Amino acid sequence: MVALPIAALVSSSTEQGASGFWQVVSSPEAVAALKLTLVVAALVALTNAVTGTIIAWVLVRDEFRGKGFLNSVIDLPFALPTIVAGLVLLAFYGPHSPVGVHLAFTRTAVYLALLFVTLPFVVRTVQPVLGELDLEMEEAARSLGADRFTVFRRIVLPNILPGILSGVTMAFARAVGEIGAIVIISTNLPFRTEVASVFIFNQIASGNTSGAAAVSVVLLSISFAVLLLVGGIRRYATGHERV
Amino acid sequence: MSRVGLRGFAIGYLALILIAPLALVTYRTLFEGASQAWHALRDPNTIHAFQVTLTAVVIAVPLNTIFGVICGLAIVRRRFPGKGLVNAFVDLPLALSPVVVGVALFALYGRTGWFGPFLGRHNIHVLFALPAIVLATIFVSVPFVAREVIPTLREIGNDQEQAAHTLGASGWQTFWRITLPSIRWAIVYGVVLTSARCLGEYGAVAVVSGSIQGKTETATLRVDDEYQNLDLSGAYAIALVLGLIAIAILLLMSYARPKEQRA
Repeated sequence: MVALPIAALVSSSTEQGASGFWQVVSSPEAVAALKLTLVVAALVALTNAVTGTIIAWVLVRDEFRGKGFLNSVIDLPFALPTIVAGLVLLAFYGPHSPVGVHLAFTRTAVYLALLFVTLPFVVRTVQPVLGELDLEMEEAARSLGADRFTVFRRIVLPNILPGILSGVTMAFARAVGEIGAIVIISTNLPFRTEVASVFIFNQIASGNTSGAAAVSVVLLSISFAVLLLVGGIRRYATGHERV
Repeated sequence: MSRVGLRGFAIGYLALILIAPLALVTYRTLFEGASQAWHALRDPNTIHAFQVTLTAVVIAVPLNTIFGVICGLAIVRRRFPGKGLVNAFVDLPLALSPVVVGVALFALYGRTGWFGPFLGRHNIHVLFALPAIVLATIFVSVPFVAREVIPTLREIGNDQEQAAHTLGASGWQTFWRITLPSIRWAIVYGVVLTSARCLGEYGAVAVVSGSIQGKTETATLRVDDEYQNLDLSGAYAIALVLGLIAIAILLLMSYARPKEQRA
């Protein structure tokens, strides 16, 4: 079900030989789309590393009314169809915005849409680790005179780092491949707001299957790299626990 | 002080990115265009779109549930050559762009694809028809049940299964009486996630379905279509229905999760 289509994809991308493959992938429009995708996805992943960690920390360590509600809202981007997410963001940040920000059809909109769909990844990988972390270690450090920041940097961060990293890599993969949330809010101008997945989609729509396949293979290799990385992080983290 | 600051940041961020936009769309649909919204929902093309989505869900979810359980059991309890590869392929749809999935189906079933000539000779339509929508939906939702079942199986270990075996239970009996009851909440949780993914799939379906109104248009494609036709209230209305389903799924998720942890 999964492997066969992937094999067919790889074989069709090389139908016109390695030079045909290279010609599509290095065409200015494809390069611009890939570059935008990778840069925005990296920014989104980094933003998530910070905001996701803060949200997870607040959800684990803080107590306030409405926390349960906030906690269940986190999963909403996973449950919500991405096209709905795009539409919702357009309503808020688009031409008829009630807050007076008009970001639609810009690269910032792409960034925002990706923040929306990737929100749960880091929160959900850091939260359980933080919950299991022993408060005693932090208290000991505090009693030995470490300030809050030092405690976070020396005690908390090393423990949650594998969680943050695997969340960030998954968020990155998701951001690279996202289409539903982006199509509506970015209008997909070539060279400006067209991301790689939309570029592929347009190639298919105009009948250029092998071109679409070529750029698809580039995204496919990124996905495989991400999975290998996440697997590596997991092995490293569990290896650490055993010591 | 810093605690309150962080709390404020977390709530503010979630409000700006998540809660406020959702509230706005709900408000606009219900209070500023309720009659148009109702009209859009009763459009035959919209009803058909929901039927297509439902068909895909009804086929994909049971298949992926059975596959997920078998696959989870195989990965945790058995040793076989190529296990690492199977493991990687099960995870792949999580990290892969849905558009790429669509293109891969093109490469397999398209006119110049591997199965293209065969399908052409027998006049079987896969692309731009329901089979492609179902295949795309299955592909993107493969990992969820397996991903939930695998950690639970690891955690419970196989002591009870071995005990049942030494008491003379057949493999089938052991599965029904011992294994299945202990992983049932993991399966429920996986099924809920799978359904959410199937309902909301856009990228892969957009590539392979051709979005023909009243024929191969799913609910998510219909949202985009209404938006392209500048029928905003129609797009909002369908989006709201999908959103409500998502919230129902979310409630189910938080209901299934605590049970799981208690077990």
